[in-house]
Amino acid sequence: MDYTFHWRPVFRALPDLLDAGLLTMEVAILSMVIGIVTGLLLALARLTGAAPLRWFATTWIEVARNTPALFQLFFFGFGLGAFGIHLSPYFIVLVGLSFNNAGYLAENFRGGFQAVPPTQLRAARSLGMTATQAYVRIIIPQVLRIVYHPMTNHMVWAVLMSSLGMLVGFRELSGETQFFASKTFRIFEYFAVTAVIYYVIVKVILALSRLIGWRLFRY
Amino acid sequence: MIEVKDLHKYFGALHVLKGIDLTVQKGEVLSVIGASGSGKSTLLYCINALETIEQGEVIVDGVSVHAKSTDINKLRQNLGMVFQQWNSFPHLTATENVALAPKIVSGKSRQEAREIAVKQLEHVGLGDKLDVYPSALSGGQQQRLAIARALAMEPDYMLFDEATSALDPELVGEVLDTMRLLAEEGMTMICVTHEMGFARDVSDRVAYFHQGMMEEIGPPAQIFGEAQSEQTRKFLANVR
Ligand SMILES: Nc1ncnc2c1ncn2[C@@H]1O[C@H](COP(=O)(O)OP(=O)(O)OP(=O)(O)O)[C@@H](O)[C@H]1O
Ligand SMILES: [Mg+2]
Repeated sequence: MDYTFHWRPVFRALPDLLDAGLLTMEVAILSMVIGIVTGLLLALARLTGAAPLRWFATTWIEVARNTPALFQLFFFGFGLGAFGIHLSPYFIVLVGLSFNNAGYLAENFRGGFQAVPPTQLRAARSLGMTATQAYVRIIIPQVLRIVYHPMTNHMVWAVLMSSLGMLVGFRELSGETQFFASKTFRIFEYFAVTAVIYYVIVKVILALSRLIGWRLFRY
Repeated sequence: MIEVKDLHKYFGALHVLKGIDLTVQKGEVLSVIGASGSGKSTLLYCINALETIEQGEVIVDGVSVHAKSTDINKLRQNLGMVFQQWNSFPHLTATENVALAPKIVSGKSRQEAREIAVKQLEHVGLGDKLDVYPSALSGGQQQRLAIARALAMEPDYMLFDEATSALDPELVGEVLDTMRLLAEEGMTMICVTHEMGFARDVSDRVAYFHQGMMEEIGPPAQIFGEAQSEQTRKFLANVR
């Protein structure tokens, strides 16, 4: 083997890579928060909405789950660009991931809503709660518990998926790595270090979600 | 006063309530008995508008329940309801279960709501279970929790839909005792029940429902002693 490893440039770039890692976590977490809220609305639209709303939600879910995530990002980048709507790389990734998360999670949430006995809603309404109060205070907390594990898995998926950002010019962790790697040609070294950073991010997120779950679901 | 006037209810083509006329006075305890499917639960759901109605009217303290202009969420606070299935909110402790509606529906402060909750939990004999989650309560305890939760809204009326039918036999007594206690305190109650002993001993009047109609209504002595209707006599002969 005539390839010699040079780690020094990688370590010099480490602060930049870690910054990019934070950016990766930021878009992943933001896109999850947006995805959860939107996914809940999509699931509710599908379960209780009028026909046009149901159709809209179903289409969203079908596209999000059955087309490559990369194509979804390209749509919000180049696709909208063709109509004169230009999002910054950051927003292309944020909107794209949120779209994908919402579609995936909506399907989990739908199962969650169906697993909560309908009598819970009746009991809440019989106390004088509005439908919104009943959903927010009684139904949704139970749904979130039911879907907590799939949700955690999807959070990991969102982190990994954000690496597609490099293909739309977003300098998150992968984009940043690509940038340095192509400058120095230490491609293996950079991507090896970045893989470790991804691994650590995922483990941190899993540990955090276990902690949050343990705090939140005492029953 | 609860007034039900010529109430008709359909589920699609199924005619479930076929013209019910019924008045329940303040302080009265009415038991509703009848075979499965005769429309007893549906009657309760129509009274607090958990179900819509197709014809007739329900009036609670002069307010027409199903009128478009009626604030149904406000009205329901005055009509406590206990269901056959224990409906404790599993993600909330006993105290939180009871305090939630006073807080978010009646706008009580956190402190006031908690005091109300503690008072009502003690009222139904759960004073030692304040911070327990429902999963750690027996069916009978969960049902008493549901009663406390309804009472926390300080309703003038309580609707019980077979509050004891889903319970193991040894747990029925504690729930019936709680219902008895409420009756003694003067609560106005409509109790759908299969507990004939309770209907006889506690109610002022008993209504017998048969195939969507109120076949007979009268004091327990009449219904259980000298029922006018052949149908009523037949039903009671079978359940005893
Ligand atoms: N949501 C619904 N949709 C369609 N049919 C219904 C619905 N709820 C009740 N029914 C039907 O209406 C009729 C009356 O039901 P209801 O629950 O009021 O009877 P019940 O007297 O309470 O019986 P039980 O003693 O079994 O509780 C039954 O034939 C039932 O199948
Ligand atoms: Mg019933």
